[in-house]
Amino acid sequence: MKLTKKDILGIKDLSVDEINLILDTADSFIEVSTREIKKVPTLRGKTVVNLFFEASTRTRTSFEIAGKRLSADTINISATTSSVVKGETLIDTARNLEAMNPDAIVIRHSAAGAPHMLARMVKQSIINAGDGAHEHPTQALLDMMTIREKKRKVSGLKVAIVGDIAHSRVARSNIYGLTKMGAHVIVAGPAMMIPRDVERMGVTVHNNLEEAIKDVDIIMMLRIQLERQQQKIFPSLREYSNFFCLNRHNIKMAKEDVLVMHPGPINRGIEIAPDIADGPYSIILDQVTNGVAVRMALLYLLIGGQR
Amino acid sequence: MKLLLAGGRVIDPSQNLDAHMDILIENGKIAEIEKNTHKPKTDSRKSAAREINIIDIKGMVVVPGLIDMHTHLREPGFEYRETIQTGSEAGAAGGFTSVACMPNTNPVNDTRSVTEYIKRKAASCNLVNVYPIASVSMGSEGVSLTEFMDLKDAGAMAFSDDGKPVTNSALMRRALEYASSLGMSIISHCEDTCLSQGGSMNEGFVSTELGLQGIPNIAEDAIVARDIIIADYTGALLHIAHVSTAGAVRLIRDAKDRGLRVTAETAPHYFTLTDEALREFDTCAKVNPPLRTIEDVKAVKEGLRDGTIDVIASDHAPHASTDKEVEFEYASFGITGLETSLALSLRLVDDGILTLGQLILRMSTNPARILNIPKGTLKTGGDADITVIDPNRNWTVDRNKLRSKGKNTPFHGQAMKGKAIMTIMGGEIKYRDMP
Repeated sequence: MKLTKKDILGIKDLSVDEINLILDTADSFIEVSTREIKKVPTLRGKTVVNLFFEASTRTRTSFEIAGKRLSADTINISATTSSVVKGETLIDTARNLEAMNPDAIVIRHSAAGAPHMLARMVKQSIINAGDGAHEHPTQALLDMMTIREKKRKVSGLKVAIVGDIAHSRVARSNIYGLTKMGAHVIVAGPAMMIPRDVERMGVTVHNNLEEAIKDVDIIMMLRIQLERQQQKIFPSLREYSNFFCLNRHNIKMAKEDVLVMHPGPINRGIEIAPDIADGPYSIILDQVTNGVAVRMALLYLLIGGQR
Repeated sequence: MKLLLAGGRVIDPSQNLDAHMDILIENGKIAEIEKNTHKPKTDSRKSAAREINIIDIKGMVVVPGLIDMHTHLREPGFEYRETIQTGSEAGAAGGFTSVACMPNTNPVNDTRSVTEYIKRKAASCNLVNVYPIASVSMGSEGVSLTEFMDLKDAGAMAFSDDGKPVTNSALMRRALEYASSLGMSIISHCEDTCLSQGGSMNEGFVSTELGLQGIPNIAEDAIVARDIIIADYTGALLHIAHVSTAGAVRLIRDAKDRGLRVTAETAPHYFTLTDEALREFDTCAKVNPPLRTIEDVKAVKEGLRDGTIDVIASDHAPHASTDKEVEFEYASFGITGLETSLALSLRLVDDGILTLGQLILRMSTNPARILNIPKGTLKTGGDADITVIDPNRNWTVDRNKLRSKGKNTPFHGQAMKGKAIMTIMGGEIKYRDMP
C-alpha cells in the first residue's frame, strides 16, 4: 500500500489503513536512529523546508533530524527571521518558497487552517506541524505509535486526555486518531476547558481527574498554557494544580499498568508531578524518540521515491 | 419617452396585486397600470407607438423595485473594497432600485457632511437610490449620540452603529427615544462583545472540531433581549439587523406578539448556509454574525414564513482579496451579497416557504415602510422603480463576473434559478439582461 495523499493536514482526513501504514513504516525507521551512522540515502537530493511561525523546540528539531537522517536537505525558517516581520503574507511567503522548488514544506502556525490554505496554494507536500488549536497530526501519530509499541494494540484501550481540551490541537488529533483505532477516549478538565459539543467527537467528558482516570490504560496529560491564565480562563494555577495535577496518589485510580504520556513541554508540578513525569509509568521520552521515526516515515511516504 | 412593460405578471403586495397587467411609465412615474387584455393595442396607442418603447415581458414577473436596507458601500474611506459607483452597479444588477448603506465608512457617517457626500455621489452615479444610514454614536464609538435631527435633515433614513453593537444600555435607550421621536428606527447590530470576543465562527460542534474560537448564539440573543426590553420601556421603533439565531427569532416573535414596534431582517446566507460551510476554512463564508447550525436556519426560515422577520437584506459586505486571502482568524468578516440575494431568496419560494408576494413584501414593501421612504409600490403616480424578474432563468455564480468589487462570495460556482433581468429606477432602465 502507498500513501496517495499530497499533504498530511490532519488525522481527521486519514483512514485506519493509512494510519497503520504510517505507523508500520515508522516502526521500520526506528532502527536507523540506533545505528552508529544514523543516515540512509533515501531522500538524497530532496529539500524539506521547516516553516515555523510559532515557537517550537521539540517538533522542529524532530523534523530536522528526521529529514537529515534520510539525507534530505532541511532548511529551518522561523517567523522572527522571515519576511513575516516585514509584513509579507503567508501566501506570498509560500509562493516564494514554492518558486525555490522544495519537495515538502512543514508548517507550524498559530492560526487554525493555515496549512490547509498553503496546501491549496502550492504544489509541494505540506505537513501540518500544528495549526492553532486545530490539529497536530504528527504528535498523534507518534502517540499512537508509542501506545502500540508499549501495549501491542490501540483498540479497546481506555485513554484519558486531561487538561485544556478547548485549546489543544494535540487533544483533537488524538481524539480523531484514537477513536478511529478503536480506543475509548475520555477527556477531562475544568468545564471552561471543555469545548462545546465535544461529546459528538465520540468521547466521554469528565470534570474530575479521579473519575476521568479510573481504570484507564493511558493517561495523556496536556500542558497548561500559562498564557491562557492571563485571559482569565481559569482562576489560578494553584487551584488547577491542586485538583488536576497527576500525582502518585490519584494515579492509583488508573489501571496498575497505566502509562503516562505528555506532548511536552511539561510544567513540572502544575499538570504533572515530577515523580510521575520521571517515574516508571512515564513514557514521555519514548514519545520523543518515536517522534523522529514517525516524521521520517511521513517524509518518506510523501516525497520518497517516484510520485 | 414613454415605456410600456407589457404582458408581465405584476406582483405588488402594497396593493394586494397579483395579475397580468401592463405598466405604462411616463416622466419617471407610473402613469397607468391596467389589466393586460392580450388584445391588439388600441388606436391611440398605435398612433403613439413611435413615442412608446414597448417591452414584451410575457412570462416574467414585475415587482416594485427591490430595496436592500442593509448594505456596505464602503465609500468614503474603503474605496479599495467598493465605491458608491460599483456598489450601485452591483445593486442594479441584483435587481435593487434602492439600497440603504451603513455608516461604518472612514470617516464614519456621523455628520451631515458625510451624509450629504454619499447622497451627492450616489446621485451622480444615478443607478440606484441610495439612502444613507447615519451612525448612532460619534465615530460609532458608543459614547455620545450623533446629531439625529441634523442628520435626518441631511437625508439619513435610520441610525445604526452596525458592525459594532451599542454596548452602553443608557446610550441605546436615549438613541431609541430620540430616533423614535423623529419617526425613525434604530437598526441594532446585536452582539455581546464580551461573549463574542476572539471568535471567528459559530460556537458549536464544527468550531470544536476546527479548533476555532466560537461566537455563541447567546452573544446575539442577549443583546436582542436587551434591546427589546428597552424598546418595550420606551415604546420606540427598533429594527434588529441580520438575525441569525433561533433564540433571536423567538425573542422577536414574542415581542411582536406583545405589540411592540419591533421589526427584523435576516440575510440570505442565514437561511442558506450553516457553519458546515467553514469546514475547509473558506474565508468567504466568514461573516458576522456567523453562519449557525441547521436548527437556526430552520428557525430563521420559520421566522420569515410567519412574518416574525419582516425583511430580507443582503448585508452586502464587499472585501478585497487582501482582506480575505489570509489565515482564517485574520480574515475580515463579510459576504458580498447584492448580486446573489434575489436568487437565494427565490429558493424560499421554490421550497414553499414564501409565496412570491410574501417575498416581495420582505424585499421591497416592508423595507420601504421601515425606512419610511415612498417606495416599494407600483401605485399610479408613484416613482417608476420597477424590477422585472425571470423566475426560471438558470445561471451560475461566477465571482469574477460580479459587478461589485467584493468577490467574497461563498456561492461561487453554485447554480442559481431566478434573476433580475431589468431594473428600472425613476422610469429609466438601469440594468438589462434580456434579449
